[in-house]
Amino acid sequence: MKKILALVLAAVMVCGLAAALAEPLELTMYFPVNVGGAVAQLIDDMTAEFNKENPDIQVQAVYTGNYDDTVTAIQTAIQGGNAPDLFVSLATQRFTMDSTKMAMRLDDIIAADPEGQAFVDDFIDGFMLDSYVEDGAIISIPFQRSTMVLFYNKDAFKEVGLDPEQPPKNWEELVDYAQKLTNDKRYGVAIALNSGSAQWAFTGFSLQNCTNGVGLMSADGKEIYFNTPENVEALQLWLDLQNKYHCMAPGIVQWTDMPTQFLAGEVAMIYHTTGNLTNIKNNANFDFGVAFLPAGRQWGAPTGGGNFYITNGISEERQQAAWKYIKWMCSTERAAQWSIDTGYVATRESCYETPVLKDYYASFPQALVAYEQLPYAQPELTTYSAAEMWRILNDNIQAAVTGEMTAEEALEAAQEQGDELLDDYR
Amino acid sequence: MKKNRIIRPGAVFLTVLSVVLALIWFAPLFWLVTTALTKTSFHMSFLPTTPFTLDNIKYVWNAVPFGQYYINTIILVVVTFCIQFVTSTLAAYSLAFMEYRGKALVFVIIFMQIIIPNDVLIIPNFMTLSEMGLIDTKLAIMLPFLGSAMAIFLLRQHFKTVPKAFGEAAKIDGANLWQTIWRVYMPCAKPAYMSFAVISVSYHWNNYLWPLIVTKSPTNRTLTVGLAIFAKSKEADMQWSNVCAATFIIILPLLVAFFVMQKQFMNSIVSAGVKE
Amino acid sequence: MTKTTTAASRRRREAGLGWLLLAPSLIIMLIFTVYPVLRSAYLGFTKYRMGMDAPEWIAFANYTKLWGSSTFWKVMRNTISFALMTVIPSMALGLGLALLVNRKGRHIGFIRSGFFYPSVMPMIAIASVWMFIYMARNGLYDQMRQSLGLQAQDVLSHKETVLPAMAVMYVWREAGYLMVFFLSGLQSINQDLLEAAAIDGATGAKTFRYITFPLLGPTTLFVSTIAFTNCFKLVDQVIIMTEGAPNNASTLLLYYIYQQGFTNMNYGVSSALTVIMLLMLMVVSLPRFFSQDRKIHYS
Repeated sequence: MKKILALVLAAVMVCGLAAALAEPLELTMYFPVNVGGAVAQLIDDMTAEFNKENPDIQVQAVYTGNYDDTVTAIQTAIQGGNAPDLFVSLATQRFTMDSTKMAMRLDDIIAADPEGQAFVDDFIDGFMLDSYVEDGAIISIPFQRSTMVLFYNKDAFKEVGLDPEQPPKNWEELVDYAQKLTNDKRYGVAIALNSGSAQWAFTGFSLQNCTNGVGLMSADGKEIYFNTPENVEALQLWLDLQNKYHCMAPGIVQWTDMPTQFLAGEVAMIYHTTGNLTNIKNNANFDFGVAFLPAGRQWGAPTGGGNFYITNGISEERQQAAWKYIKWMCSTERAAQWSIDTGYVATRESCYETPVLKDYYASFPQALVAYEQLPYAQPELTTYSAAEMWRILNDNIQAAVTGEMTAEEALEAAQEQGDELLDDYR
Repeated sequence: MKKNRIIRPGAVFLTVLSVVLALIWFAPLFWLVTTALTKTSFHMSFLPTTPFTLDNIKYVWNAVPFGQYYINTIILVVVTFCIQFVTSTLAAYSLAFMEYRGKALVFVIIFMQIIIPNDVLIIPNFMTLSEMGLIDTKLAIMLPFLGSAMAIFLLRQHFKTVPKAFGEAAKIDGANLWQTIWRVYMPCAKPAYMSFAVISVSYHWNNYLWPLIVTKSPTNRTLTVGLAIFAKSKEADMQWSNVCAATFIIILPLLVAFFVMQKQFMNSIVSAGVKE
Repeated sequence: MTKTTTAASRRRREAGLGWLLLAPSLIIMLIFTVYPVLRSAYLGFTKYRMGMDAPEWIAFANYTKLWGSSTFWKVMRNTISFALMTVIPSMALGLGLALLVNRKGRHIGFIRSGFFYPSVMPMIAIASVWMFIYMARNGLYDQMRQSLGLQAQDVLSHKETVLPAMAVMYVWREAGYLMVFFLSGLQSINQDLLEAAAIDGATGAKTFRYITFPLLGPTTLFVSTIAFTNCFKLVDQVIIMTEGAPNNASTLLLYYIYQQGFTNMNYGVSSALTVIMLLMLMVVSLPRFFSQDRKIHYS
C-alpha cells in the first residue's frame, strides 16, 4: 500500500515537475520604435532568438508605437493593473519612473549578479548618465540609444560650390551654407519642431551655446534653466533661420517628414537621429555625409532614445528572467549588430573592439561620427514629470516659431510653467 | 406641361451641380485608393504617375499584424452586437409593456446616456475598468456599450406600434415571455433591428479613442488602433503609399457594405436619430 | 379580498419581472454612465496624480487653477470656434445637399452615397489620409496652391490655419451625414403644401423661405444637437494630425482631457475638465430635451 502511495506521489511529482518545465515563464515587454517599422521586426526576431535559447523563459515583445504613445501605454497599463514585466521607454522617463514607483531600482539585482557590475561598467559613460536617479541608484539599462547628427547632401554642396568634405563647423557657417544651399526647390536646413522633437534638437543647441555646462537642466532633474540669455540666443537662431535668412522652412516641420524630404532633395541638411542612418543609406540616390552638429561656443549634442526598465512589484523570479533578457539583448555582440542594423549607437565600450563593428566602420565611416561625437553629448531634457515638462518646452518653442511670442518671452513662460511643475518635487 | 418647360434648365443645372459636387467629394477616396495601389514615389500627385502594384498592401499586411486586428475587430463588433441585441430587446420590452414604479427614473438614465457620449467619460471609465482588472481585454472595449440607450429607445418605439392583440394571442397559445418576444415582437421590429445593427457595427468598427486607451497588446488591438500606431510610427520612407494602403485595408469592408446597401445605411441613421 | 391580493401580487410579479428584464442594460448604464459622471464630479474637487495612493480633497483648486490658465482658455476658445467652424457650415451644406438630392432620378442614389460615404469611414482613417493632403509643400493642397502661383502654406503648422484646415476635413465628413437627416425632414413635408404654393405662383426661393424652412425647424434643432455632440466627442484627428500643435492651437477639450489624464496622469484636473465638457454637452442638448420632453413622459 505504502509502495503504491509512494509511486503515485512520485508520479504526481514527476508530472508536476514536467508541467513546470513545459510551462515556461511568460514575460511581456513593451517597446517603442521611433525610426521605422523594420526595427520593430528586428526586436521581434531578437526576442524569438532569445526565447529559443532560453526555453524556460518566453518573452513576448509588444510594439506600442512611437515614444510618446509608449509612455502613455506604459503609464495606463501600470495604472490599470496590467503592467508589462519590462519595457523600453525614454531614458528621460527615469525620474518619473522612480518617483511614481513604476519601475524598480536595479542596484540589488546588479549586486546579486556576479557579472553585474562588470556588465554595467562596460556601458559608455555618456549613455549611463541618464540611468541614475536619486541616491545614485540605477533605474534603467541603455538600449536603443541615439544621438543627433547632421546629415548633409554632398551633391547639393558641390552644386553651390561648397566643399562636400567640409560640413559647417559652427553656427556662422551653418547660417552661411544654409543660405547658399537654399533655392526655389530646396531649403538649406531642417530641424524638426513638432512636439516631442523640438526639445531634443533644442537640448543640442543649448549645450552648444551654454556657459553653465549643463544646458537646460540640472542633473538631479529638479532645476531647469530655460530662460538663460544663451538659450534665448539659441532659440533666436532658429527663428532667424526661418524668418531672417529664409533658409529653413517656416512653421512646424515634422520629424517624420524630414528624412523623406532629405531623400527627395528638398532640403540639403537635416538635424536627425543616427537611428535613421541605415534608412538614409539604403534610400539615398545621392552622396551624403554625416557630421558633428555645428558648434556654438563649444561642441554639443543631445543623446536620446530608449532604455530598459523593469516594472516594480513583479515576483523575484520574473525580475531575474527580465534581467537575463536585458543582459542578453545588451550583450556586446548583439549591441554591435543592433547598431549596424539600425544606425543606433552601440552602447558598450567593448562593442567597438568587435570585428563586426570594426569592419562596418571601415566600410561605412559615416557611422563612426556619432560615436566620435559622444564625448560632447549629454542627456536631453530630463526632469521629474518629464512628459509634462516636454510639452511645456515644446509648446512655448512653437509659440515663438509661430510668432505668438518672442524667443525671450517664450522661454520665460516655459521657465515659469516648468518651475511651477517642479515645485512639487523640490 | 408648361411647368415642366420652365423647370428644365434649372433641373439640368442642379444635376450638373450635384454631379460635380459628388466628384469633389469622391476625390480623397480616389486619391487614397490609387495611391495605395500604385508604386511609391518621392512626389505626391493627385493622379497616379506610377504603375499599378500590390506591393504597398503586401508590405503593410506583413509589417503590421492586420490579420490579427481584423479578427479582433470582427469579434468585438459581432459579440457587442449580439449582447446588445439581447439586453436591449429585454429592456425595450420591459419599458414598452410592463407597469412598475420608477420607470421615469430609468428614462432619465437612458436620456443621460443618449446625450453623453462614452468618449467623454474616458477617465472615470478607465479607472473603473482598471479596478475591475479588465484593462487590455476585449471585454473592456465592449463593456460600456453593452447597455445601449439608443437601441432600447428605438426598439421600444417599434414594439409599441405592434397591436396588443398580437402579444395576447401568443400568450393564449401558451407561449412564454421569450417566445412571445421572439415570435411576435422581433419580426415586427425587423427594420429597427437592422438600423441598430448598422449603427452598432459601424460605430464599433470605427471607434478609436476608447479601444486605444483600454488595449495594449496586439491580441486585443482593433484595426483603428493598429492603423493609428502605424500612421504615427516614424515610418521613414515615402510613407503616404503605405499609410494609404493601411487605410485602404481597414476601410474596405465597411465601405463595400455601404455601397451595397446604401439605402439601409442612410435610413438607419435617420431612424435611430429622429424617431427616438 | 383574495382578488385584490392576487392583483397586488400580480402587479408585484410584473414589477419584479420588469426590473429583471431591465437589469442587464440598466446595470451597465449605471456603472458606465451614471457612476462616472458622479465620480468625475467628485474627483474634480481633488488632487489626484500619478503616484498618489488616494485622491486628496482640494475643493475648487482645480477649477481656479484652470480659470487662471491661459492654456485652458485657449483650449476652450479652440473648442468653441472649431464647433462653430464645423457645425454651421456642415449644417448649411447638409441642408443644401439635401435640397439638391431631394429628387427622383436614376443616379440620385449614387450621388447621395457620394456625399454620405465619408461618414462610414473611421475618423482615424480620414485624418491619416488628409494629413498628406495638408502636408507641407509636397502635400496635395500645397501643390495645388503652388501650381496656381501661390505660396505653399503648410496649413497644419500655423496657428491661424490649423483649425480651419481640420474643419474643412470635418465638414467634408459630416455634411453628408447631416444631409440624410434633412432629407428625411424634407420628405416628411406634405407635398400638397408645396404644390399649393407653386400654384399660387411662389418662386422656389420663396417656397423655401416661407414653407420648407419653417417646417424643417424641429429637424434643424435636432440636427444641431447631433452636430455639436459629434464635434465635441471626436478628437481622433487631433491625435493623428497635430497632437495639439502648434502651441496648442489645435488642442480641443476632449484631447486636453486625454492628455491631462493619460499623458500627464493628472486625474484631478482631467476630471474637472470632464465636468466642464459635461456642462457643455448639456447646453447643446437642451433643444433635444425640449422637443422630447413629452415623448419621454407619456409612457
